[in-house]
Amino acid sequence: MTRIDARFADLKARNAKAFVAYVMAGDPDAAMSLELVRGLPAAGVDIIELGLPFTDPMADGPTIQVAGQRALEGGMTLERTLDLVRAFREGDDTTPIVLMGYYNPIFSRGVDRFLAEAKEAGIDGLIIVDLPPEEDEELCIPAQKAGLNFIRLATPTTDEKRLPKVLQNTSGFVYYVSITGITGAAAAQAVDVGPEVARIKAQTDLPVIVGFGIRTPDQARAIAGVADGAVVGSAIVAELASGKPVAEVLSFVKSLADGAHSA
Amino acid sequence: MNDLFNSFMTGPDERGRFGQFGGRFVSETLMPLILELEDQYERAKTDDSFWAEMHDLWTHYVGRPSPLYFAERLTDHLGGAKIYMKRDELNHTGAHKINNVLGQIILARRMGKTRIIAETGAGQHGVATATVCAKFGLKCVVYMGAHDVERQAPNVFRMKLLGAEVIPVTSGRGTLKDAMNDALRDWVTNVRDTFYCIGTVAGPHPYPAMVRDFQSIIGKETKEQMQAAEGRLPDTIIAAIGGGSNAMGLFYPFLDDVSVNIIGVEAGGRGVNEKMEHCASLTGGRPGVLHGNRTYLLQDEDGQILEGFSISAGLDYPGIGPEHAWLHDIGRAQYVSITDTEALEAFQLCCVMEGIIPALEPSHALAHVMKIAPDLPKDHLICMNMCGRGDKDIFTVAKALGWEMTTG
Repeated sequence: MTRIDARFADLKARNAKAFVAYVMAGDPDAAMSLELVRGLPAAGVDIIELGLPFTDPMADGPTIQVAGQRALEGGMTLERTLDLVRAFREGDDTTPIVLMGYYNPIFSRGVDRFLAEAKEAGIDGLIIVDLPPEEDEELCIPAQKAGLNFIRLATPTTDEKRLPKVLQNTSGFVYYVSITGITGAAAAQAVDVGPEVARIKAQTDLPVIVGFGIRTPDQARAIAGVADGAVVGSAIVAELASGKPVAEVLSFVKSLADGAHSA
Repeated sequence: MNDLFNSFMTGPDERGRFGQFGGRFVSETLMPLILELEDQYERAKTDDSFWAEMHDLWTHYVGRPSPLYFAERLTDHLGGAKIYMKRDELNHTGAHKINNVLGQIILARRMGKTRIIAETGAGQHGVATATVCAKFGLKCVVYMGAHDVERQAPNVFRMKLLGAEVIPVTSGRGTLKDAMNDALRDWVTNVRDTFYCIGTVAGPHPYPAMVRDFQSIIGKETKEQMQAAEGRLPDTIIAAIGGGSNAMGLFYPFLDDVSVNIIGVEAGGRGVNEKMEHCASLTGGRPGVLHGNRTYLLQDEDGQILEGFSISAGLDYPGIGPEHAWLHDIGRAQYVSITDTEALEAFQLCCVMEGIIPALEPSHALAHVMKIAPDLPKDHLICMNMCGRGDKDIFTVAKALGWEMTTG
């Protein structure tokens, strides 16, 4: 049982929705990034999605692209991202951390080496955008063997025929991408998302969390109301990018978490 | 060769792999589209009416077959091997790119797609796509790095004349890689009505195989024309490589003719050095995953992609088609690099020796011909792919040579 499984068991026992926050590792710099991540649990974040910066984030909109560039320019690497997780774990051994990013930095490091280091550092799950089920042998199956959850994205284009394939090697939770598009784009509508979540839940016992296009506490409440939880990324990253101090960003995160938790 | 000779022409496998290279490294949103495309392409491949339409357009719209030309003065000047040029720069729109665009647009029409997107570096693929979209009345959006928009202004204007929308891409360093990122972002957003027309033998399966198949007309014609001219196969075939579509098109029909030397020429920029001022992925890169496929990439030790450098916008890409990566690893083809300076010399020599203004891309291939031809016997047959004409490059060349573009 990973920290992710434990967290969802706990939420279920309390009949509560999950609030997941995405932040980019090393944005705007290593120190502020660590301060922000450390503050997330107290702001009501149930699961932390930590972005691994990459030069070519093909599924991300401008907000997260620029955040990744800032992090890379500040010297962020995969090694330092793992250090950030290690530093966070010194004070928090229960909040799950999901690393979200693209495959090349992991492939470059070597899959076996990366998995051993990620597990040791305290990472609980992986969302790797450019690894569909067709490439499961690359990282998904080795990750599960190493005791990490591999969280798959399901999307509006994932039809009935394909859904079982997407769910097959997924663990931890299913991340439903609410729109066809990039992060931070068009607003997700609960009325569209609800039936899609139901469609996925009919085929799996895993929790279904919805992300992409959620920016406000009201949207977080509406989406969490039709799913097991909601993810907010770009809106938080944009707050940080506007130059606000970490404390203010965390109070915005708390308003989103309260929104999701009130669902 | 022994009886157990394995064909080099059977790839990719059902997972879209050429050895360890290729694959389908895309987000879930795009995966169903790519599977549908693969299905449609597999059907079209064996459909006579599809190829009849292609050949009709190749003949009457593009102007195929392109000539195989014996470059007599250049041959005499270099004093060695006999040099032939496959004149794909004479195609409608001035480069090989249209061979492939026609195939993809016919497929897009069969799939009921009404909006075509493309990435472009030098602008040749963008112009070809805008051209075929105009012919069929399809909406066309071309993503082009802001840096390339600047250095390839004539092609930008051409695309606009043809009714396409050109979107300058400012992310990254504003070159081909960044244009491809933004085209993928557009595709993921507009999955229902949009067809992504990729300009090279890269991207997720089935693009590398599909683009190769459409470009293979170059090699098929060359084989027949060389047979007619010399009564035999060429000894060496040479082509420039950015992503590698003109090269793959020339090489593919010759892969099992093991007597034929195959040489791909990468852009060496300012030299294949540790500062990475080049785009020679095979010479100076290592395997990685980008834009849907595993291939050789210019990258740092942390797996972050590096920006290449080349005077030629069409070669300015940090990766290479996966089939080239595989041909490199198994040794069936040889890959070399040519610097900006060498390419500029070849460009000028070709102008004055043959009365052909070549694009900067094939100037790289020609520069390698100039290196090897003098030491080869006079009966050695070289065929290089003159894959594009140089009109688009005259401003870049003038600048590099310090010439003022004035009426004087």
